[in-house]
Amino acid sequence: MNPNVNEAANGKTAAPTSLNDTAFYKSQLRVALRNCGIINPENIDEYIAVDGYQALGKVLTEMKPQEVIDVMKKSGLRGRGGGGFPTGMKWEFAAKNVSEQKYIVCNADEGDPGAFMDRSVLEGDPHAVLEAMAIAGYAIGANHGYIYVRAEYPVAVKRLEIAIGQARKYGLLGKDIFGTGFEFDIDIRLGAGAFVCGEEMALLTSIEGNRGEPRPKPPFPANKGLFGYPTIINNVETLANIPQIILKGADWFASMGTEKSKGTKVFALGGKITNTGLVEIPLGTTLRDIIYNIGGGIPGGKKFKAAQTGGPSGGCIPAQHLDTPIDYDNLTAIGSMMGSGGLIVMDEDNCMVDVARFFLEFTVDESCGKCTPCRIGTRRLLEMLEKITAGEATLEDIDKMEELCYHIKSNSLCALGQTAPNPVLSTLKYFRDEYEAHVVEKRCPAGVCKNLLSYEIQADKCKGCTACARACPVGAISGEVKSPHKIDKSKCIKCGACMATCKFGAIIKK
Amino acid sequence: MKSLAELTKIREKMDGKVILHEGTNDIRIVVGMATCGIAAGARPVLDAIVEEVKKAGLSDKVTVTQTGCIGICRLEPLVEVHESGKAKITYIKMTPDKAKRIVEEHIKGGKPVIEYTIGDN
Repeated sequence: MNPNVNEAANGKTAAPTSLNDTAFYKSQLRVALRNCGIINPENIDEYIAVDGYQALGKVLTEMKPQEVIDVMKKSGLRGRGGGGFPTGMKWEFAAKNVSEQKYIVCNADEGDPGAFMDRSVLEGDPHAVLEAMAIAGYAIGANHGYIYVRAEYPVAVKRLEIAIGQARKYGLLGKDIFGTGFEFDIDIRLGAGAFVCGEEMALLTSIEGNRGEPRPKPPFPANKGLFGYPTIINNVETLANIPQIILKGADWFASMGTEKSKGTKVFALGGKITNTGLVEIPLGTTLRDIIYNIGGGIPGGKKFKAAQTGGPSGGCIPAQHLDTPIDYDNLTAIGSMMGSGGLIVMDEDNCMVDVARFFLEFTVDESCGKCTPCRIGTRRLLEMLEKITAGEATLEDIDKMEELCYHIKSNSLCALGQTAPNPVLSTLKYFRDEYEAHVVEKRCPAGVCKNLLSYEIQADKCKGCTACARACPVGAISGEVKSPHKIDKSKCIKCGACMATCKFGAIIKK
Repeated sequence: MKSLAELTKIREKMDGKVILHEGTNDIRIVVGMATCGIAAGARPVLDAIVEEVKKAGLSDKVTVTQTGCIGICRLEPLVEVHESGKAKITYIKMTPDKAKRIVEEHIKGGKPVIEYTIGDN
């Protein structure tokens, strides 16, 4: 509590005057975000003031490349972009390849709906990413790096440009860094915002100047990546952890988290949650803690239904798994995935079939079209979901849909297609009853799917005030003043304007 | 940069500027200027604080700067006041007018404007 403020005199605890004293902040642990909200991201001196570029200095002057890789391996750091591949192993594969040229690529093509972790790191602490890329370059023997960032992040791009310019001016990028003979430079490549370009092979293809389409693996980028040379691709948040791991040691990092998922994870909290925002928690924190303690619960006293993680590649976690400690393996085991860190909370007003439909609509839009299972499969899957939300499907359709999901997963070329059916499969797993309600009872339990809804005026509650009739944009409501009104269902467009207008709660949604 | 010593020199020059030392009268005001803050209207707030601090003749002891995402998006624009030896104060949902009052009462007068702080929000 702030010593300046002494309002506890009347027996009440004083309300916090500092963010640090709020429940939102107290359970957080900031490693990747340690400088965000503290330093001026456009001033390299401020980064240096908080130990910036010390880690690069340490590896260049005190450590052999293999020692750097050993620290990364020992720390247990895993890729924060979603896949969760051990970073140290990735580096080791690339380091072992003998080649005249190697590359470091930073994947800043954050594309999941509702995710803004990487943008926040780039905007708040761009030098941490540059420093980590140089460290990675030293470890694997690369002297050039690319940051692939989407053009929709103009502030992040501008701050990266400023940061690269400052680092070059100080000689922290360029030739003979710290007089060690090590050379490393970084360029920015702007993506046009295609979701598939976050997939590493498509990203490389895009940097090479071609249309962003994935290519088959193997060969993996560590063997044959950018322009055919060994390349490592790390996510922004992964990189932001690295300077701290070098300075504080692998054991410090490994002391946080769970057995197989070390460190912290940044989540972008969104949806039906009080504290929309950016949070960083030690891995192993439960979903309940994130939602009710840090997130402040669900507004309006509504009931929690599910949390969506992993974006269009992930799944929904229902209430019975609220106490599962969040780490890579646990999320996969319950049918979702860590993903890049988008966490969308859904309450009783969200229809799970509609949620699956929303994500499929997204993947259909974003499928690059190169392979058939993804291009046509996701389209067919979306059509089936639309049939369900329209109330025109049969139980057989649900089975067919599930079968199609497995076909798409096992036959698609890249992770976009391989994971696209996940939102359908996980909602089917936990909310099959909602699917069946749509199909069998022709009813949407959450009251979202318009085709299955109807609005009705309860005659006993209607005072005949005419407010609803005036609010209706299509003139579907009629009735005399002071006598109960009626909705003409053939005209009604189910916009809900009448229900929002009625002061007497006389209009119900069925 | 040809040696680690050069890096150390910059760090020494910056000592006490980002993390304030106790016993000085320094004040550092940071305005959350990530995309979320800018979208919520942080830029005019930053401009107002800079101008008011200048008008009050406090530019020597008060640093005003932008920073990245402070984290609690729903309460943007956010302004945090760090004073040496004291807990920081978080102001929420800032406007240029609120900024004027904060510079007047808190920065000049030394009394935080409690009603604009994060409180139980």
